[in-house]
Amino acid sequence: MPTRKRNNPAGSRLIFGDLWEYDPAPETADPKLKGRYDLFIDGRFVRPRSGKYFPSINPANERKLSDIALAGPADVDLAYRAAARAFPKWSAMAGRERGKYLFRIARLLQDRAREFAVAETLDGGKPIKESRDFDVPMAAAHFFYHAGWADKLEYVAPGRRVSPLGVVGQVIPWNFPLLMLAWKLAPALAMGNCVVLKPAETTSITALKLAEILQDAELPPGVVNFVTGAGETGALVMGHPGAAKVAFTGSTEVGKAIMRQLAGTDKKMTMELGCKAANIIFDDAPIDQAVEGIVNAIFFNQGHVCCAGSRLLVQESVADRVVAKLKNRIRVLRVGDPLDKNTDLGAINSRAQLATIKRLVASGVREVMYQPPCALPERGFYFPPTLFTGVTQSHRIAREEIFGPVLSILTFRTVDEAIEKANNTAYGLSAGVWTDKGSRILRMSTELRAGVVWANTFNRFDPSSPFGGYKESGFGREGGRQGLIDYVNLA
Amino acid sequence: MSPRNSTAAHARLLDEVGAVDQVGVEERVAKYTTRSVKKEAKVWGLKTAVSMTDLTTLEGKDTPGKIESLCRKAIRPYEAPSVPTVAAVCVYPSMVRHARAGVGSSGVKVASVATAFPSGQTHLRTRLAEVRGAVADGADEVDMVINRGAFLSGEFARVEDEISEVVEACGPAALKVILEVSELETYDNIRKASFLAMGVLRPGDFIKTSTGKTTLNATLANNQVMIEAIRDFYLDTGIPIGMKPAGGIKTAKQSLQFLIAVKETLGDAWLTKKRYRFGASSLLNDLLRQLEKERTGAYQAPYHFSDASESY
Repeated sequence: MPTRKRNNPAGSRLIFGDLWEYDPAPETADPKLKGRYDLFIDGRFVRPRSGKYFPSINPANERKLSDIALAGPADVDLAYRAAARAFPKWSAMAGRERGKYLFRIARLLQDRAREFAVAETLDGGKPIKESRDFDVPMAAAHFFYHAGWADKLEYVAPGRRVSPLGVVGQVIPWNFPLLMLAWKLAPALAMGNCVVLKPAETTSITALKLAEILQDAELPPGVVNFVTGAGETGALVMGHPGAAKVAFTGSTEVGKAIMRQLAGTDKKMTMELGCKAANIIFDDAPIDQAVEGIVNAIFFNQGHVCCAGSRLLVQESVADRVVAKLKNRIRVLRVGDPLDKNTDLGAINSRAQLATIKRLVASGVREVMYQPPCALPERGFYFPPTLFTGVTQSHRIAREEIFGPVLSILTFRTVDEAIEKANNTAYGLSAGVWTDKGSRILRMSTELRAGVVWANTFNRFDPSSPFGGYKESGFGREGGRQGLIDYVNLA
Repeated sequence: MSPRNSTAAHARLLDEVGAVDQVGVEERVAKYTTRSVKKEAKVWGLKTAVSMTDLTTLEGKDTPGKIESLCRKAIRPYEAPSVPTVAAVCVYPSMVRHARAGVGSSGVKVASVATAFPSGQTHLRTRLAEVRGAVADGADEVDMVINRGAFLSGEFARVEDEISEVVEACGPAALKVILEVSELETYDNIRKASFLAMGVLRPGDFIKTSTGKTTLNATLANNQVMIEAIRDFYLDTGIPIGMKPAGGIKTAKQSLQFLIAVKETLGDAWLTKKRYRFGASSLLNDLLRQLEKERTGAYQAPYHFSDASESY
């Protein structure tokens, strides 16, 4: 035998101490924030009719970043009217001309990438390495991709004629503020629609900074309008009679409320909602890379990911090994100041979300919880990476979306059991499969009821790849040709 | 061994040690390159890298004079007293006597490549005799190459037996087992060979990536596969094995990335020259140059440092 038997009575352990501590490495680019942000309507920044503003704070230290305008019914109405005025000319414009605007937006965003990355991190709490290496470049990529489609609309649905819908109302979440905005704006604009969009109330800043880019790109006034505010403003955007279609990304709860609100109207809808995704590890998987995939699946963006792999299903024969390796791996995750380039887990987006996470974690069984030792900053909203072992399908932490850095670990014995457990959820946005066996990957990808099935990877995105859910995770697709079809009339 | 038995042997060993996913491991190591090491942490890393260096010359044209010069550099890499000595000088067996005399009582070790380095393609008795000769001449450490032909044809017992015999021939000298990763080609094979070697090594011995004589040498990814094998082996058996990436690490920045990988995979206990080495020659001067930059705030010209090969 090449390896010696396990005879480790001394219980050898790895030491992840402070022998070589990294010095603070804060990103220093200027985010160029304004003290106050107005609404962006008809190509201009305008004060809200109500005159009311609300603060946007930095979740990393609870300090105020800026005041954001609160849009009421009159403001939303103005935005829709501006969009309706802009629509005839914008939709009649040759696709290649519309494409030029999108290319321009993408390039301007790239030019100001560091500035946007810092603003995104300050406003939302995500680690700078993620906003710098993922959010901003991906947002630019979505504009580039859809710019390329703008003059090829006849190939979106071969054999059929496509035409834009009109004015589209969109509401986006706080977990990927700029990226979700790009996912929504780019296809809508490429197809010739005009937009009224509401960013999440805790993360409005990068949308309003993008409005500056839209001005620089000389996008015709009214084609894109941003109205800011909380849920009431969102309901106004979704329910406005001027919307030909609404697109929503957020929680299943709010998604259902919107659908009830719109029942009986002829508005088109797409919904991208919550999930409790299964990440399935088979015994023949490359374990170290699977562990890396588990970390990426649940701790990416503090677990504030709609498709996060929050339910880990491990085959019983390797469960102990996987969990032991996972525990060692998360001991070296660095939790803290999101602006530090070495931070792996930043701040939880808001006080309210932190309370939700704590409440759901409290419902788990303490005895089987593992949190690595890590010092959290005193101010700001933070939560350590957390594992629950020995979870069963009936536990609340295995069923409800926590939307935080909390992983529930379950085991299975056979392939059929894995499929059954993975599908035993109200959701179906994504799933992950880790195995060395190609045929098993193909089988899992057809039997798992999830919009995306990742094989030997997790949380991979591309503008050309459609994304969307099954069951209560929503309907409609974003990205790729499929995503475009949701923004046109087919004839 | 017949091809069929060979396949079965590889399959059994892979089953035992577990597979490695190429895409996954390369993504993992890419994350190390985004770590930002500044100020005091940088100085600590640079000095530690100096102290871990096996300053190497392995050329047909090596002479006692060249070895003497190498030893001087090893003992006193730079005039600043805060710069440590390197870990060892690494030479061919015929140069061991001269290196022994050159390092004297400085604490710098003498390492010798042996076993018909770099190919290993000669009789076992000849290879063992070479090891004994090097140790008799005063080598503190021996760098051997494994029998890649035997490994690839599935003759694992032979690979292990040969390493065992070299261990015995080493006596008190520490052994570093070179897997020659570029000839093993896959990460699966690198992991398998790591376990084969570790199974017969003593605590304090090393596994090493490459001879530096082939096209592809140490990379962050094959370093990662090997240190993960070392970690798994240590957690299973309690036996700590050292690691030496060699060849291709030319810049201080690269060496810091390797050390970050060690810190985040094996932990603090491996951040010492007793368990981690760099097999390198030009790396040392770049480390010194970066240390001077941290001390003075300005980059010195390459010719400011002794034995620098590059110039403007």
